[in-house]
Amino acid sequence: MSAQQERTHSIDMSSVLRGKEASEHTNEVCIKVENLNLFYGEKQALHGINMEMLKKRVTAYIGPSGCGKSTLLRCINRMNDLVDSARIDGKILLDGENIYDKEVRVAALRRRVGMVFQKPNPFPKSIFENVAYGLRIQGVNDKRILEETVENALRGAALWDEMKDRLNDNALGMSGGQQQRLVIARAIAIEPEVLLLDEPASALDPISTLKIEELINELKEKYTIVIVTHNMQQAARVSDYTAFMYMGELIEIGATSELFTNPVKKQTEDYITGRYG
Amino acid sequence: MMTSWFKSGAPWIWLNAAAVSTCLIMVVGVLGLVAVRGVGHFWPHQVTRFSYQEEGKQPRTIIGEKVDTSITPAAMAKATGFKMADDEETLVQYLIKTGNRDVTGADFLWIQARNVKEHSDPVNMMVVERREWGNFYGQLLEVKEGGKMIASGDQAWPVLQAKITDALGVYKEIAHLEKKEIGAINYALERLRLKQRKLELQNRLDDAAKQQIAEEKAGFEVEYKQYQTQLADLYQKMRRNSMVAKTESGSTLEIPLTKVVRAFQPNAMSLSDKLIHYGAKVWEFLTDDPREANTEGGIFPAIFGTVMMVMLMSVFVTPFGVIAAVYLREYAKQGFTTRLIRIAVNNLAGVPSVVYGVFGLGFFVYILGGNIDRLFFPESAPAPVYGTPGLLWASITLALLTLPVVIVSTEEGLARIPSSIREGSLALGATKLETLWLTVLPMASPAMMTGLILAVARAAGEVAPLMLVGVVKLAPALPLDGNFPFLHLDRKFMHLGFHIYDVGFQSPNVEAARPLVYATALLLVLVIVGLNLAAILIRNNLREKYRALEG
Repeated sequence: MSAQQERTHSIDMSSVLRGKEASEHTNEVCIKVENLNLFYGEKQALHGINMEMLKKRVTAYIGPSGCGKSTLLRCINRMNDLVDSARIDGKILLDGENIYDKEVRVAALRRRVGMVFQKPNPFPKSIFENVAYGLRIQGVNDKRILEETVENALRGAALWDEMKDRLNDNALGMSGGQQQRLVIARAIAIEPEVLLLDEPASALDPISTLKIEELINELKEKYTIVIVTHNMQQAARVSDYTAFMYMGELIEIGATSELFTNPVKKQTEDYITGRYG
Repeated sequence: MMTSWFKSGAPWIWLNAAAVSTCLIMVVGVLGLVAVRGVGHFWPHQVTRFSYQEEGKQPRTIIGEKVDTSITPAAMAKATGFKMADDEETLVQYLIKTGNRDVTGADFLWIQARNVKEHSDPVNMMVVERREWGNFYGQLLEVKEGGKMIASGDQAWPVLQAKITDALGVYKEIAHLEKKEIGAINYALERLRLKQRKLELQNRLDDAAKQQIAEEKAGFEVEYKQYQTQLADLYQKMRRNSMVAKTESGSTLEIPLTKVVRAFQPNAMSLSDKLIHYGAKVWEFLTDDPREANTEGGIFPAIFGTVMMVMLMSVFVTPFGVIAAVYLREYAKQGFTTRLIRIAVNNLAGVPSVVYGVFGLGFFVYILGGNIDRLFFPESAPAPVYGTPGLLWASITLALLTLPVVIVSTEEGLARIPSSIREGSLALGATKLETLWLTVLPMASPAMMTGLILAVARAAGEVAPLMLVGVVKLAPALPLDGNFPFLHLDRKFMHLGFHIYDVGFQSPNVEAARPLVYATALLLVLVIVGLNLAAILIRNNLREKYRALEG
């Protein structure tokens, strides 16, 4: 434990702050993970994670399968609460507030931290109702507000032009790529602060993947984005910062350009040069 | 050679196919038998006149429909006491429906083919369906009005038809008056009596209340008297007419038209006449009340009772089963206890239905119903209201019986919903309850409908428990009528399944009733198929709407 902690602590945060476009943005910390350990029953899945994610930047988690990157992502909106055997200690601060505090209402937290999953999961409802879902559960039923929000969300997800005449069609009739953008639209309709993307393009064809990546580039104007990806090229293309995880530990985090060209750790270098994983 | 044939797997395939075809043959056979026997009953059969002479007896004439033929080998016939000539190999007997129970004492007669000297189908043979004594077979002689002959010979037939139509119109009017108008008055009077009794029990029956009740009562009684005179007039009008007919033995019989449902001459009917007759008979069967201890007339109250009971059962069982399944699947901590509960629920499905009947009678009727009566209807004591078998208790008993299938299928439906959908909803800030109501339950609705379909199929065919908790041979009134509160859950009702049993085994006139058993069975199957089709249509619509995500 101590060795791992040292390793994560030893990450030079200055390299983070020297991120590629760092000078153009404020460097406000949005999410701060402090000493996070996660256990599934007896098995420890995350070991003493410490990291910071900056506001309105894209942070990518990379690493081989089973390294805990999705698990870490799901801690940020407390999706792991759904797993009965999961036990967590440590803190995750969202705007300085520990989301694992007893007073925090999970539903309210998840409104602030939206999530998009690996496989598109639209509800078996119309396109309109899918996007309006989050608002409806907040009790918004004003038709005008709903229509406006749905339009904005669909525009935000670059779907409006394709779908504006099909808003009442069943969402399950859309293509996989369209469904994934619909799910993103659904997430941004409730205007969260953070968007968590769990391998959002892994089930999609290359063209749809490209569209999602373009979308991520646009969305970071407004949202703090954390993306888990298998695909190192994708991480390099879309993210400002990249975190490399291995066996439940955070090995290295840094500005993407830095991490890919000049990794500090040997394991990182081995991974990005394709020696394992 | 043989071993290689076995190894090829062909015998196994043949065995499988044989099992499937056996099933098919059985299903088709059951439906075919029921359909042929039941549907044929309403067709107008030829009426034959037989010149019949038994050895050493006077020759006589027999008129009737040939219903059945039996062929007995000579040896067996001899053994049962028939005299057989040496060259006779078989004894052929016909079952003839001769009707005229009021004249001869029996509707059916076995005759021996060898004794039939001559037979013919004269055109003027007449069948009269009556409200009493079953069918009449014979020849029309004349029609009377007020005791005076108004038509005879060839003119008699059209006059008779016109008079029957008139009489039926009057009869309908009488039935309406008696059932609807006078029925409503009787109902209101009974309510008044109960009101008075209630006030009495509460010691609030003062003079003012007494006065008011007496006034209302007087009002109803005046109304009742009016209807009474109206009725007397109608009866008078109807009784004037009668017909005179000749029976097979040559004696004459006067039949008042009050007693006649219809008269027809099957031998003179063209195919289209027969079709019209057939349609009318089927319609009567579907829409009329039963006559003559259920052996004639229609079975509408039984159809109505069956459908009503199944619908009420669905109303009870669906919410109850769904809620139980939601708790078991979504909220309860999965473990030993839930496993135990599931086993118990599954075993509940295997309990014989009559046991549910006993439970329904003991718990619902006597304990629940008895207490409801004591608490809410003290004024009607000692007559029970809910403390006696009735529609409500029958529906609830069947709901209990079908609860396991609803729980099991709903649970399966809930388990099939991909967790990605639930996570998608939760990730948008929905609580578990919101996720359940907005996404999970609608998506599981086809599974709930599947459960309901199975429940309906089982409940509609159940007879044994119903005999204990509310079904009767003949219900005086439908459970739904125009008297407040319109739906009378405390009333006893009729049911197709029980009707089959009653007509088939409890009937005073088994031969006459047998075709009705088949017809009723066919109808029961059709009702169940209809209810199921409706539910399946709804389910398929839901399925289309909530088509599960691929993969």
